[in-house]
Amino acid sequence: MIVFVIRRILTMVLTALCLTFIVFYLTNLPANLEKLAKSEASARMSDEDVTKWIERNGYATPVLQRYGEWLGIVPGWTRTEEGVTTGRCIPRGSDPALAPSHCGILQGDWGFSTVFKQPVSSIIADRLSATGWLMFWVMAVMVPTALVIGVLSGMREGSRLDRGLSIFSIASTATPEYVSGVVLIALFASATTGISPWLAEHGWISGKTLFPGTATSAMENITFWNFALPVATIALYGTGYIARMTRASMTEVMTAQYIRTARLKGVSFPNVVLKHALRNALIAPFTVIMLQFPWLLNGVVIVETLFNYKGFGWTLVQAAGNNDIELLLACSVVAVFVVLVTQLISDIGYVFLNPRIRVS
Amino acid sequence: MADALSWGQIFGRIFVQFIPVWIALVVLFAVSIAFKRRLGLYGKLFDSPIGMIGFALVMFWVFTAFFAQMIMTQDPLTQVSGMKNALPGMPVKGSDGAFYLLGGDNLARDVFSRMVAGSTIVVQIAPLATAFAFMVGVTLGLPAGYYGGKLDTTLSFLANLILAFPVILLFYLLVTPEIAQSGLPQYMGMVLFLFPLIFLIVLVNSRLYVKPQLRNMLIAGIVVIGGWIYLALLSEPDTIFNPLPAALDFISVPSNILIVFVSVVFVNAPTVFRIIRGLVLDIKTRDYVAASQTRGEGPWYIMLWEILPNARGPLIVDFCLRIGYTTILLGTLGFFGLGLSPESPDWGSTINAGRKLLAAFPHPAVVPALALMSLVLGLNLLADGLREESLKD
Repeated sequence: MIVFVIRRILTMVLTALCLTFIVFYLTNLPANLEKLAKSEASARMSDEDVTKWIERNGYATPVLQRYGEWLGIVPGWTRTEEGVTTGRCIPRGSDPALAPSHCGILQGDWGFSTVFKQPVSSIIADRLSATGWLMFWVMAVMVPTALVIGVLSGMREGSRLDRGLSIFSIASTATPEYVSGVVLIALFASATTGISPWLAEHGWISGKTLFPGTATSAMENITFWNFALPVATIALYGTGYIARMTRASMTEVMTAQYIRTARLKGVSFPNVVLKHALRNALIAPFTVIMLQFPWLLNGVVIVETLFNYKGFGWTLVQAAGNNDIELLLACSVVAVFVVLVTQLISDIGYVFLNPRIRVS
Repeated sequence: MADALSWGQIFGRIFVQFIPVWIALVVLFAVSIAFKRRLGLYGKLFDSPIGMIGFALVMFWVFTAFFAQMIMTQDPLTQVSGMKNALPGMPVKGSDGAFYLLGGDNLARDVFSRMVAGSTIVVQIAPLATAFAFMVGVTLGLPAGYYGGKLDTTLSFLANLILAFPVILLFYLLVTPEIAQSGLPQYMGMVLFLFPLIFLIVLVNSRLYVKPQLRNMLIAGIVVIGGWIYLALLSEPDTIFNPLPAALDFISVPSNILIVFVSVVFVNAPTVFRIIRGLVLDIKTRDYVAASQTRGEGPWYIMLWEILPNARGPLIVDFCLRIGYTTILLGTLGFFGLGLSPESPDWGSTINAGRKLLAAFPHPAVVPALALMSLVLGLNLLADGLREESLKD
């Protein structure tokens, strides 16, 4: 087991290194650096000035060397021009002699965001906590709903309840976040269509719409009203998938010998489902739920953009749109970390939940 | 000046506009149901109500894309003054008897016609990109599962590497004008588009190596025609890769479409690879594989002509699901305004354009959103019907 975990962690580190290098390489393509120079200094720079700017800010060295600097295994660049020493690790206006030689993520220095003009680490921490709340509520809504739907439809395969719930889950997997978000806003958060005008006419709601169309206010204070639509939007897409997996696993368990034995010895149907079948039926969905986290990340980006909720996904879009290299790298490190850790947990958890599986 | 239409009249007129589609659907279903016992798995689809509904939805959009020129009431790119954010059913100013059936968008274009025009883009790109992803996945997944060992370890690591990448981050990095300029999409296209050629050549060679003359002819045909299509797809004037003279370059793919296509294939291929690899690991232990190994068949013959046909059930189902997923990915790209031009009537871009005024005028965004959902729903139902019917065998 320990060998397995260590090997997995080593693969994870290797994967993370490869992925961050790809991101680093793509964001540091000459065309992207030129864009960065123009947005940082002046939009009407001549090509010569751009080259000079790139040299002066340490972007002219080979990509691998700069990647090493970012990681913190290669000393940061320094440059002495007209007696003034500047460098990667030297904050403006401080004494170059006191600056450390290395400053990369291994030293805990994530760099400086060129869009938000703040240290990357503080931005990421803020935004992640905002997204954490969103993720938490999505999970709290999605997982119980999906499991209940899956168990209900899987306990009597082919029944009318099963058919109805199955069609619901297929429909929900066919509704990506940008579709359900748009439809939900049109239904509940529009002053001209949906149910809001009708409710307002009867005087049942005080404002113009039932739900607000943005979740910006949820940054400070999460309420049911400003968070319901974003959470429902993300949860809807994942619910169907988890429910279908639960259903498949439940139908398989319900045909097992020990269930028939339990039925034959006279255990009531609800008891069979709850005490005998449920526990075994939930092993497969566990893996699926863990592997949903990377998917949620996608949904989070779409929903945060649609509802203007300034979390991790919104930051990723801003960083990518403005070629903010260090912020984007930090975002991808976080995203890759989430994906790989959930994979690891799902593998290890599977072994614990299902003693028949052994890792070699 | 005519009055605005009521909802009943709007739906009546939309129904009339779609008449070519209805006729085509009725003919297709009548013929298919009449001959369903002779049509194999496709015919069995008509035994399952869910599969039939799904197939009808999918074919509705395919026929809509095909007859788009007849269905559209307005030009999808023309802006008519005074029709900005027009409500559904408004008469077009300055022309008699023409209506914006589903209203106008924020640039005063007809929402209905744009939705119809958008279907052409989706119906063209999504299945083609999925097919390419399958070719790549099959060509790499078969040997990885069959041989195992170092090859499998390396390819699996690469597949997991791509899968660990958040899709949106990858799109944001790849689908930018800067990357399109750098020629990276063409390099990626060069590699990815090579796989269908390799696949076909190996397919023919492994089967017909006992009849060298026929084989040589077929392979020469594939290399010439396939190679021409390959070069024509990639070569684009004024870019890094332009080996074909303009007279021979009969397919013109603008670099922004190429990058969309390539990145969608790139994202899908590793998943297909994993599915194929899993299926091969399962099937290669069967007796008929052992039998052909004893017969002395070559490894590629066994992979392509023994294992692959026996894996077709799950693969067909996954192909349907994956077209739906590709449609969603294309929509995601449009939603973030990546790749396709903002003018483009594809559904993702129109949703993106419509969401800015969503609270006041929802119709420009809701119409393409529902269109996209119904197509993906159709594909999912179709896959479900196929799965049920193929399990009955």
